[in-house]
Amino acid sequence: MNLLGEPEVTEEGEFIINIGPQHPSTHGVLHLKVWLDGETIKKVEPHIGYIHRSIEKMSESLSYRNFIYVTSRMDYISAHINNQACALTVEKGLQVEVPARARVVRVLLAELTRLASHQLWWGCTGLDLGAVTPFFYAFREREAILDIMEETCGARLTQNFMVPGGIMYDIHPNFQNRVKTVLIQVKEKLKEYDELVTDNVIFQGRVKGVGVLTAEDAISLGITGPSARASGVSCDVRKWFPYEGYENLQFDEVLDTGGDCLARYMVRMREMKQSIHIIEQLIDNIPEGDFQAKTKMVIKLPKGEFYQRVETARGELGVYIVSDGGSSPYRIKYRTPNFSNLWALPVLAKNAKIGDLISIMATLDLIIPDIDR
Amino acid sequence: MFLKDYVGTVYKSVRSLLTGMKVTGYYFTHPKEIQTQEYPDNRATLQMFDRFKGEVIMPHDDSNEHRCTGCQACEIACPNGTIKIITKQELQPDGKKKKAIDAFVYHLELCTLCNMCVSACPSDAIKMGQSFEHSVYDKRQLKKILNKPGSKVMEGVE
Repeated sequence: MNLLGEPEVTEEGEFIINIGPQHPSTHGVLHLKVWLDGETIKKVEPHIGYIHRSIEKMSESLSYRNFIYVTSRMDYISAHINNQACALTVEKGLQVEVPARARVVRVLLAELTRLASHQLWWGCTGLDLGAVTPFFYAFREREAILDIMEETCGARLTQNFMVPGGIMYDIHPNFQNRVKTVLIQVKEKLKEYDELVTDNVIFQGRVKGVGVLTAEDAISLGITGPSARASGVSCDVRKWFPYEGYENLQFDEVLDTGGDCLARYMVRMREMKQSIHIIEQLIDNIPEGDFQAKTKMVIKLPKGEFYQRVETARGELGVYIVSDGGSSPYRIKYRTPNFSNLWALPVLAKNAKIGDLISIMATLDLIIPDIDR
Repeated sequence: MFLKDYVGTVYKSVRSLLTGMKVTGYYFTHPKEIQTQEYPDNRATLQMFDRFKGEVIMPHDDSNEHRCTGCQACEIACPNGTIKIITKQELQPDGKKKKAIDAFVYHLELCTLCNMCVSACPSDAIKMGQSFEHSVYDKRQLKKILNKPGSKVMEGVE
């Protein structure tokens, strides 16, 4: 029986199993309906909506200052970058010049968030593929980064450090020292990551050649972020549509051509090194000055439409605001990376084995609250 | 040729496993490298960061005075309706009436700790506290009145 109460038509020898919504390897409440022929997957149907909180509609009743905090709850692993996207969109509408200090701190925190996010993903990938140890090792370094967040922003995950026009308060005096210590620690431990998981024969056997996403599929499905870059699609928003001074920074867009789970894994591992490289360029060059531009207490955007995209740890996040000139948005639309990336799953899992489904899901790095929002 | 490949693969596989076990073995034999905090056993020494957002508090000085004038800027700034300010008219010594707070009602159960109220406050009357152990058995206990009984607004705070 499906949701409408109609009986399911199955071929002989075919059977249906439900993975989720409460399955540990789906990282949240995602329901996958899987049609199986023996161990081979015939079809996967993702059912979403279990954690829908109507964030877009909620934002319509909040002011331009207040709607930013809600977006922390979409992709909670890279909450800072979501907040940044919203703040940038409002600044675009207001035509405010953000002080240089605020811009640099924003980029620093965004790259730290990306680092922490990829570490969490690395740990969870290990966990999904049957290795429990990487999870603890990843959380050890992530904890050090979250301590920076806690000291400067006051919260570990849902920071809400962004305000239209800059950052909420100045960085903590300890910030620079702490970041430098963490960078040394992370660089050292990244080698450990490779020794523990990347070169492991069991891990290699589970990801090599599994779930190959072609570049054509990646483009037509709208896949962005590391998942698309692993298929050779150049789509880094930081390179193509630079924002917040990324155009002045030296870093490479990490690309791979394999398209399989191993390529997606390697892209993220190499992106961590690029993030460290970006942080190293900025950490000693934080300019002095204001950390917040002066804005009115009640922000009113001019009538019109504003769009801003940023590169989160999982792909391209677009924020689209329609303003009718009032103090709260007329309509908000979020183009979230995970919603698009989810639809690679039915394509990749077709004719794969059921064990490969977990590898594919792990390396697509799906965050379910970002899909439903 | 086949045998050579086979032995090569076996050698590489065993080597990769041993490399991984070297890493885990190192931490197994070096317990000092472990960075875990044993909460709640370390409660006595646990120090949260100054800026940690645990709850909204209203600092009072020794003579039981706070800085809240009842302007309701925080109530407007709050996205969740966490704060309700009940005001009263207080008779001043010079015979004039002045607005003062009767109760600063704070619903911790609705609060997302976004810090919007603290940054909106013009007289620094409220700030974020570092306590984070808020679990209670009855949710009515999460409704708090932040101004202490009998407290007054500080001299000179407008």
